[in-house]
Amino acid sequence: MAEKNEFTDINGKAILLDCQNYSSFCREFTVSSPKVSLCKVIVCTCSVWLFAYAVFFVTENTAVLSSAIIITLVGMMMHIHLVKVEHETLLIIGSLGVQLSTSYASGRESTTFIEMSRIKDIVINEAVYMQSIIYYLCILIKDSGDPNGIASVVPLFQSSKPRLNCLVQVYKSCQAIIAQTR
Amino acid sequence: MVLKIFFPTCCNTADSGLLIGRWIPGQDSAVVLAVIHYPFIPGQVKKYLSETQNQSQVDLAVLGSWSLPKDGQEGMDSFLKDLSTIFPNSRWLQLSREIGKRGFACQVVHNRITPPDPAQGGTDKKDQIIFIHYDQRKVMLSQLHPIHEESPGEESSELRAVFHTVAQSGPLFLLDRYDEGPLKLTHWQSEGREASIVVELSKQAVFLCLCMIACVFVILNIWPVQFISSKMSTCVQTAYRTNHFQTVFSTKKATSHMEFMRKANIFVSFLVDMSLGLLLVSWLYRENHISQLANTLVKLSLYRFFLYHIHLWISYIRLMSPFIEMILWYVGLSACLGLTFALSVLSDIVALLTFHIYCFYVYGARLYCLKVYGLSSLWRLFCGKKWNVLRQRVDSCSYDLDQLFIGTLLFTILLFLLPTTALYYLVFTLLRLVVVMFQGVIHLAIDLINSFPLFAMGLRLCRSYRLAEGVKFRVLCEEPGTPLHLMMEINPLKCSSVLQRYRTPTYSCYPRDSWVDLCKKLFMGELIYPWKHKTTKTD
Repeated sequence: MAEKNEFTDINGKAILLDCQNYSSFCREFTVSSPKVSLCKVIVCTCSVWLFAYAVFFVTENTAVLSSAIIITLVGMMMHIHLVKVEHETLLIIGSLGVQLSTSYASGRESTTFIEMSRIKDIVINEAVYMQSIIYYLCILIKDSGDPNGIASVVPLFQSSKPRLNCLVQVYKSCQAIIAQTR
Repeated sequence: MVLKIFFPTCCNTADSGLLIGRWIPGQDSAVVLAVIHYPFIPGQVKKYLSETQNQSQVDLAVLGSWSLPKDGQEGMDSFLKDLSTIFPNSRWLQLSREIGKRGFACQVVHNRITPPDPAQGGTDKKDQIIFIHYDQRKVMLSQLHPIHEESPGEESSELRAVFHTVAQSGPLFLLDRYDEGPLKLTHWQSEGREASIVVELSKQAVFLCLCMIACVFVILNIWPVQFISSKMSTCVQTAYRTNHFQTVFSTKKATSHMEFMRKANIFVSFLVDMSLGLLLVSWLYRENHISQLANTLVKLSLYRFFLYHIHLWISYIRLMSPFIEMILWYVGLSACLGLTFALSVLSDIVALLTFHIYCFYVYGARLYCLKVYGLSSLWRLFCGKKWNVLRQRVDSCSYDLDQLFIGTLLFTILLFLLPTTALYYLVFTLLRLVVVMFQGVIHLAIDLINSFPLFAMGLRLCRSYRLAEGVKFRVLCEEPGTPLHLMMEINPLKCSSVLQRYRTPTYSCYPRDSWVDLCKKLFMGELIYPWKHKTTKTD
């Protein structure tokens, strides 16, 4: 069963949280970021081309225009392939592990899987970010040497940055599954 | 408790039979490796399992039964129940699947030897089961990174245990359902045997003849030859390649994954190097390129340094000019040994032709250095101070009048000679830096060709499942009431990690000085040496 909820991220933009319940110990959470806005694309492209036309007007060199076109195209392709995140997914499978997946606007997907034996806990942490304090969900990884220590912290939903109400919902479901299957 | 069963995709449509696999110790999971079909004799199954266990060092067991009822095979249920008594185990899995449905049904029968402990909750809780489907061939060939070399007696990681089990079970996959024998198995080989007689024969042939070539190489160990050869990049490159030959064509088989990858990388990079060298040779010996190159070199050496040339050097070049073309022709043949060889020969030729620049640079630098030290010392005298060598600091000192007089005179002379010396030094240093930059670029190119792991990159691009960073799971669409089914796929290693892990170590080391140190040295007039090679230390 799937459940869609609308939340906002720390900057005020609307994001979508989709919870899919495959079984009592397997759940998938997908946070979708807002898509690339057409206005922003048009504004960027027009400003770059106007600037290029002004330079062409001064220098009378057609290479400026063609290079501006190429720069715009390459810049847009790099942006949707490397920067623009479409949605981030967290798949938690009780007693097996947690899978984090980021899918970009160009269709590229980058996935990591963390086994349950390496996970100490999933917690909500606070961080100082510029002039504000934000909450983020993270996975604590066990340290192989020290049984009480933490080797590293893996933050989740880095690009979409949901607010606390969304994080609490994900946190409760994850804790329920971990407690049930430990 | 959640029970995880790793099921190979090749057995999804196998006929009914027994499941062979391994229970992962310490975890609640089992890896299914093959299915033995009906009819069979239990005694023969046990004998085959113990034989395979001895060969592969994997503790195999009969995990349970698999039933995919086809027409005319009803009434299996009672037969399946009887089997659990013949193969005693703490748990017996009864997996079944109906044609047309995608989900499996599973029942776990616990054969407890001791009765359940009432303090732990008494009755058995209903087991929750996850089926994880995996591609057996890919998991068998894959290598999980980061590589742990120690023999895994106790695997704390479940996935590593699964990969290790499948990789070690090679002997189990030799017998197939199509073979004539008492037992018929289904595993990944049932999808089509992979073997090529051409590949096998060529492996034997290459091995033999290259062993002979490796014995031919002899390294000279006399000291003067060793000193000169350590300065010439051609000789260093030859020694490096000889080392590689010995590694690749040694009779020992590669025991670990890293050794195999290193051998393969060296071999592929050597082949590519040779082919590039032959390409260069074919271009060079066409359309008179050699004579054009000879002409340019002669012109460069005569015109560029006209004013600063020693007469000996001019006459030497004039003597050599009719022979340069022929020398270049024969030297160009050395490109057959590889592009890196040709580049190192080029670097050595440049070093030899610009030897006079090196000499002038050294003279100019030494003069300038002396002048700067003299000036600074006399300036301190002028101020009434002295450099204390013992304490490594500047102390005040009272000088005699005649010392002061001579000191001031010398200071004035040196000061007025400073612009001339500085200008000579500047010009020669700039020329020397240009030559050093050019040689540096050539050495960078050689280093790149030497160290780039072509085989590993090729493997990553063409057979990405061989180098695994981890795994990916995908939930397969399920029908309600059936256990959860997941598809396990291999997550290949990132290209940057491949480059970092599998780089062949080379002999060059990068400069230790930063840009600031370099500028300081230039200002003070200290000599700058080009990038040194890593020397192998012998005790």
